[in-house]
Amino acid sequence: MSTALLPPQFAELEPWCATWCLATEPERWAQRLRSSMQELQAFYDACFPRAEEAIAWCDRFPLDDMPADAERLLQLLHSLLMVSYAVEVWKQPEVIHCGSARIDRILEPRP
Amino acid sequence: MARFPRPAEGTWTEHHPALGTAPVSFEDSISPAFYELEREAVFKRAWLNVGRMEQLPRNGSYFTKQLPGVRASILLSRDTEGRVRAFHNVCRHRGNKLVWEGTPRDEACGNARQFVCRYHGWRYGLDGACTYVHQESEFFDLRKDELRLAPVHCDTWAGFIFVNLSDEPRQTLREFLGTMVGALEGYPFHQMTERYSFRAENASNWKVFSDAFQEYYHVPPLHTHQLGPTPQAQNPQYEFEGAHYQLDGPHRMVTTSGTHKHNWPPEHLYPAETLTRSGSTGPWDAPDLGEKLPGVNPSGIRRWGIDNFQVFPNLEILIYERGWFVTYRYWPTSHNTHVFEGDLHFVPARSVRERLAHEYAAVTFKEYGLQDCGTLDGTQMGLEQGAFREFPLNDQEILVRHFHKTVGDWVDAYARERAAGSPR
Repeated sequence: MSTALLPPQFAELEPWCATWCLATEPERWAQRLRSSMQELQAFYDACFPRAEEAIAWCDRFPLDDMPADAERLLQLLHSLLMVSYAVEVWKQPEVIHCGSARIDRILEPRP
Repeated sequence: MARFPRPAEGTWTEHHPALGTAPVSFEDSISPAFYELEREAVFKRAWLNVGRMEQLPRNGSYFTKQLPGVRASILLSRDTEGRVRAFHNVCRHRGNKLVWEGTPRDEACGNARQFVCRYHGWRYGLDGACTYVHQESEFFDLRKDELRLAPVHCDTWAGFIFVNLSDEPRQTLREFLGTMVGALEGYPFHQMTERYSFRAENASNWKVFSDAFQEYYHVPPLHTHQLGPTPQAQNPQYEFEGAHYQLDGPHRMVTTSGTHKHNWPPEHLYPAETLTRSGSTGPWDAPDLGEKLPGVNPSGIRRWGIDNFQVFPNLEILIYERGWFVTYRYWPTSHNTHVFEGDLHFVPARSVRERLAHEYAAVTFKEYGLQDCGTLDGTQMGLEQGAFREFPLNDQEILVRHFHKTVGDWVDAYARERAAGSPR
């Protein structure tokens, strides 16, 4: 019996699932802030090159009726966007010049 | 600098002589005494937006809304006839907070046929009438038929739900909103039912944060990265300008030109922007909302980007050229703290690709919003230090000038009436 978490053609991304298959923004935000830049960069480097292909794969299914493996792949894509700001924009996990500010996302569409 | 026409006077500020051009005091943002007046003069007199009709989808739907500035919790519901009603969320019996979930400080929402007080079990219909008193015969001269939840004036406009806490509002909601805001009546807000909600507790006066979103003068220095990854993209001359300013009664708006990132070359974009076709001005691929959008871009500028409507006192409606909108609300909790609420509204995603475009816009909102929040306690501390009494404002900051003048005018009017013995 297969224990694969992702569709087979995305098997190379399986090692990232334990950390980054997160269903909500507060979880993704917290994971970004407790990661090092090396960890964020490694996830970004592994995931970004497959992202367009992953979006196309997930888009084969309706949003409200996705198979579990495609939904996990979508969670990785959500995490990639969260991590992209640290890698592409700030070059650090935290937002530059955010002081002690905190903004909580309290409502979001799912998945 | 200016690429768009200005009024004959040469500046937007001088087009409105009552505003003056002198430096402005922000004493109204640091004074506990002013805050006490402001609560009465502004928050207990103005119409306040507490939500959207999408939060009351059917008869029996309800939600609560905490208004800390007036120390009130309001219960909004749709009765059996579908009418929106608002009540003080307080039991008629012993004053217990009526509807809550988790703790009394948390908001509640859901569907109900009646509201039951968890303290002594009194019940109320969706119309606020008391329907059940536990051990009624134990009371003295109690006339249950006359017992009701305390009503709050409530009306809706374009799907926005407003309340007014005065005994008798001086203006109807539509009179209050005026023609400039009122012109948005037919905008398809109701199609944008997919919502991302954010909340922040900030260490500044509520007006100090509102000020940050009433001018785009701060964008190039504070949000350098927001404009793009390259020096050319970060050059404020590249595309972006506050192009048109308009005042109408207590309300005000600014229209911006650009930024149309969907037309930018990829070398000036972040990779995730190219991937998601989205970013700080939202998804690049606009939904089909029809040809004519009422009320937006009132001056008809080319390369329209955003309309930023500041609805007095504490609601901001940002309408983006790409067919989505954002609301901000600022709720004072003391003279130097407030709760900020930001809501992003999209036509619901029909695909993963659209979902990710919305998600990236929502991620982007928080990243740059944190920069805005991050300066707040510093501004508040600086103002409270008292090193300066007045502050120069430029023409791009006309809405800040108008906002503080309007709040001051409302407080002065209240104080005058109180001195004359007739505040309402």
